[in-house]
Amino acid sequence: MLTYKSIQELIDNAEKENARISDIVLSDQAEQMDSSKEEIYKNMAYSFSVMKESISAGINSQSKSPSGLSGGDAYKLKQAMDANRNIGGRIFTGMLARALAVSEVNACMGKIVAAPTAGSCGIIPAVLITLMEEKEIPEEKVIMGLFTAAGIGMVIANKATISGAEGGCQAECGSAAAMAAAAAVEMLGGSPQDVANACAIALKNMLGLVCDPVAGLVEVPCVKRNAAGASIALTAAELALAGIRSVIPPDEVIDAMRSVGESMPGTLKETAKGGLAATVTAKNIASGLKKGIRYC
Amino acid sequence: MNVFDIIGPVMIGPSSSHTAGAIRIARIARMFVGEDIEKALIKLHGSFADTYRGHGTDKAIIGGLLNFDTDDIRIRDSIQLAKEAGMQYTFEVADLGDVHPNTAYIEVTGKSGRSMSLMGSSIGGGNVVITRINGLEVEFTGQYHTLIIQHKDKPGMVAKVSGILGSNGINIANMKVYRTSRGGNAIMVIETDDCIDMHISDVIKEIPDIFEATTLHKL
Repeated sequence: MLTYKSIQELIDNAEKENARISDIVLSDQAEQMDSSKEEIYKNMAYSFSVMKESISAGINSQSKSPSGLSGGDAYKLKQAMDANRNIGGRIFTGMLARALAVSEVNACMGKIVAAPTAGSCGIIPAVLITLMEEKEIPEEKVIMGLFTAAGIGMVIANKATISGAEGGCQAECGSAAAMAAAAAVEMLGGSPQDVANACAIALKNMLGLVCDPVAGLVEVPCVKRNAAGASIALTAAELALAGIRSVIPPDEVIDAMRSVGESMPGTLKETAKGGLAATVTAKNIASGLKKGIRYC
Repeated sequence: MNVFDIIGPVMIGPSSSHTAGAIRIARIARMFVGEDIEKALIKLHGSFADTYRGHGTDKAIIGGLLNFDTDDIRIRDSIQLAKEAGMQYTFEVADLGDVHPNTAYIEVTGKSGRSMSLMGSSIGGGNVVITRINGLEVEFTGQYHTLIIQHKDKPGMVAKVSGILGSNGINIANMKVYRTSRGGNAIMVIETDDCIDMHISDVIKEIPDIFEATTLHKL
């Protein structure tokens, strides 16, 4: 059985079995949950279908969240892309739009898959489903990719944390970016070592990111950080697939993330007392919402 | 921890603690009365009180009182659905004392007049702890099938109840007794691995000095 205490364990086992990380994670989870591989795969396929639904629900929606702080931005970006007013190509811009879409669905009380958390729920679906559609990757590979993402996420949760209250945004959006990059590399044919490099490169580029939600809500800056997190994931996947290595191995990057999180002051860990949440505008928004005044 | 704790849960946003957890606390109150709710008073404390409008904690709690699960899309329209179902409710912002920042107090009355109150906290990731039932201090999470027995504090009660569970093949995972004072009102909270049939709680209710036995299906 796997312990999920290091990325190295996942690489070693995959290499030993001459399998993908997703294969060894799926087999192990079936064993640990006393279930069949088919059953576990079916459950993951359901999560995948909810991810797809959350994208289509968000990308065509102009409705606003209860606070009025978010909603409609994915639609704007999609419109820009359809009119060829975008800078990035279909992969880059399409991915940003999908990340916004899922995060906005979350803010608007829609159905999402926490991946690994609700605050970071847009990154993994955006990266994986954009690549699936633009690179014509079969669905089965994407669902397996979610097992790779989950395996990486379990190691991060064991070695560090995936909670913004404990480790800041680097623990939520940073973990999601690392998980997405890892899954993307596997889906595109990278080796377990490439997967590990993608994970390390993504997380390195999210280190130090604080959790400073305006008015304590999972909206500002969370929604746009999902878009940015997806772009970091794509950057890391691109580099790793070209054979570029992370000088610092992934397990040490995760240790660094934990220690950065520990040294972050409490004001920057989901308490809405520091960072963007402490700005004049944020304070005005927060006091307005307390009186029942929606932002517009 | 397994893969579905990381890729999952499937939930209604925006926050596992302020939405999913709030739904679960309210749903425990709904399961406890075991019938549609006619009247509810909800007091919100701390971060629940500060951010409930933006997080939709009010919709979440009403949804839970309507017996909706955490991934039920109807949560978004729960206020309207409660109106249609004829549920009356009041939200208050309150200081509930030295408790977790995400704490709610809920008082409900069912259609047939059955009532109860509870206090519960949402402690992260959608997990909850119920800390009071009808004014008595308790502690359970809803992650197990739970049997809640209100009774008189006197010798032999635990043995009688556990005897009935044992003879029905139900394994106890955790169990604790809470009381107001010696010989006063007491509450037994029993968490079990197996689902507890209604007929078992009916048998337990027949034991002298047991006032009420309620079974809660695990969340």
